[in-house]
Amino acid sequence: MKHALKPSQYLILIAVMLTASVGDTLLSRGMAQVGAVDFQHLHLLWVALFNPFVISGIILLIGFFASYMTALSWADLTFVMPATAFGYVVLALLSRFWLHEHLSLYRWGGIALIVCAVGFVAGGPSRTEHPEEHHELGRMDSGAGR
Amino acid sequence: MTTASALRTWSAIGGVAALAILGEVLIAAAMRRLGDLDHLRTKPGMLGYLGPIRAILSSPVFLIGAFCMAFNFFAMLYVLSIVDLSLAAPAIASLTYIGNAIAAKLFLGENVDRRRWLAVLFVCIGVILISH
Repeated sequence: MKHALKPSQYLILIAVMLTASVGDTLLSRGMAQVGAVDFQHLHLLWVALFNPFVISGIILLIGFFASYMTALSWADLTFVMPATAFGYVVLALLSRFWLHEHLSLYRWGGIALIVCAVGFVAGGPSRTEHPEEHHELGRMDSGAGR
Repeated sequence: MTTASALRTWSAIGGVAALAILGEVLIAAAMRRLGDLDHLRTKPGMLGYLGPIRAILSSPVFLIGAFCMAFNFFAMLYVLSIVDLSLAAPAIASLTYIGNAIAAKLFLGENVDRRRWLAVLFVCIGVILISH
């Protein structure tokens, strides 16, 4: 392995994968209960804020944003991107094994491709090292800005 | 689909994808500049997270990126009112993936090697198949 992620960093990536898809599902389930919101029924947005599905969806999406930004603080954008795409796989598998929906061959093919993509990227380095980043302190000390 | 409505559909999809790319690249640039958030923690425990949160919120690059993402959210709602979800969702997702990879290489200086390009291609086809 060319990169060494700490166990806590793997946990953050797993959180990125799970929170976005589960949060979206909870939100759409909650909004389906609340009903269609349009300009005549804007007060429904206020009602939605008290729906337990909407509340838990919002909490999970805040968790997604926090873990996504944490991941970006130590990994490349192109390294984290497949992890967010893995959310689609989680969604499809949830609908198959939790809601017992039928998955077509196309969707199984899509799942396989995204899993492969995660495998490709996970096998490589997590971060591009820029040599100038290591000298930033020295440059600040000498006062030679660019 | 007439030429005019196809043009409107695809410019709406392209616009939303461009906003998403701009937002993600700005946020990624801000986070890269801040570095590992663990090092910004002021003390152990929950209160220690105030350090990273303050650092993130005082980064103008992050704030502009977050504004783009919020604007992207509302633009997405508009697109969904004129384009079918089954076309808009995979089209926007794939365009955003490709655009992110190109922008990460050009503007963030990331080393997008062959395996990452392959991953982008696989994710795009995978997303299209899953929403089929």
